[in-house]
Amino acid sequence: MALLKFEGVGVRGLAGCVPKDIIDNLKYNEYFSDQEAREVTEKTGILQRRFAPPGMTASDLCYHAAEALLNDLSVERSEIELLIFISQTPDYRMPATSVILQHRLNLSMQTMAFDINLGCSAFVYGLSVVFSLMEKSGLKKALILDGETRSRVYSPKDRTTAFLFGDAGVAALIERDPKYGGSYFSLNSDGSREDLIKIKAGGYRYPTSQETLAEQVVDEHGNIRSEEHGFMNGPDVFNFALREVPADIQRLSEYAGIDIRDLDYYLFHQANNYMNGYLIKKLKLPHDKVPSSIAKFGNTSSVSIPITIVSELKGELTDKKKVMLCGFGVGMSWATSFLEFNNCYIPDLIEI
Amino acid sequence: MESKFIMAFKEALEINYEINMEDEFRKYSEWDSLSHMSLIAMLDSEFKMQIENAAFEKLITVADLFKYISARAPK
Repeated sequence: MALLKFEGVGVRGLAGCVPKDIIDNLKYNEYFSDQEAREVTEKTGILQRRFAPPGMTASDLCYHAAEALLNDLSVERSEIELLIFISQTPDYRMPATSVILQHRLNLSMQTMAFDINLGCSAFVYGLSVVFSLMEKSGLKKALILDGETRSRVYSPKDRTTAFLFGDAGVAALIERDPKYGGSYFSLNSDGSREDLIKIKAGGYRYPTSQETLAEQVVDEHGNIRSEEHGFMNGPDVFNFALREVPADIQRLSEYAGIDIRDLDYYLFHQANNYMNGYLIKKLKLPHDKVPSSIAKFGNTSSVSIPITIVSELKGELTDKKKVMLCGFGVGMSWATSFLEFNNCYIPDLIEI
Repeated sequence: MESKFIMAFKEALEINYEINMEDEFRKYSEWDSLSHMSLIAMLDSEFKMQIENAAFEKLITVADLFKYISARAPK
């Protein structure tokens, strides 16, 4: 079992950046009626999303977040010796976007940089990787850049996904300091459920062709998408979360010897309000300790947990707080962490 | 168990009229991908089970669903 414990590594600062273009879901009616938009919005709780304009990528959002964070905290660029970029919407198929960001952020050529290609679980996965490398003595400071332009992934003519996804990016500065205490991670994967959330075409097993680009009616409701679009089996994603998320939290609780009721905040991947609301009820968590940003940004995949921290917990993490992070989705891949925030700097949300 | 099921089923779909066990539930005007989410939550909370979509798609009538659940629900 991938259960991990770290000591004395934590998040010094976290900055978020979103495109300034706001999509009002109630007026997202190019392909659907106002009534359909209202029904979906009520159930999912997603009122608004941010869409990056053409030409803007996930790494642009991360870049602006990182600039703000490094400048505000007066971090010398030479101190950053590790950079990971988390995304499934990178700038190019190659090279890795992390390497491009090393140069764009004016970091040293002796920076260790690589990408992590996971979805909704990826911020927690990324923390575990960076904490692991940072626990060693070599690296001074690390940056986790996590960005997504999920608005470009799904068909606007497919009601099962058209209203859910948005764009955002964050930058997290990771440092070593005994004040952070212990942190715990549980990391999981199940490739037997690879088909639950998927973009089938455009990789090397199903290369892009005229066939994969052709839009088709895919069900009796008249939803339209191509094989280049994202697909989601919503019911089985919900079934998956109901089965695996409580079990993973329980597993980590036993490993860490921590009663989850002793934690200060619980941050879940922002899937949709109905699913998250039911999970919170099932886990018997107090609503006021479960911050949500789903109404403002929708589902931003791996960014949804950290953007919720930036948006909802600014000013709340100035002293020591014990927090649970839990991400679950495409893969299927899921991960839970208990960690301490202690004087985490969070600038105002940046809009570009 | 049948009356408990009918009540929970109607509540999940927000149906406030009489239904028959032979009804094909996907034909209810209340049925869509959103009410399907409510049904999944109801099955988990009331009957402690999840039905994978491949199996669920083979269930056509209210009776099909009830039979599936009653055969598998924890006693």
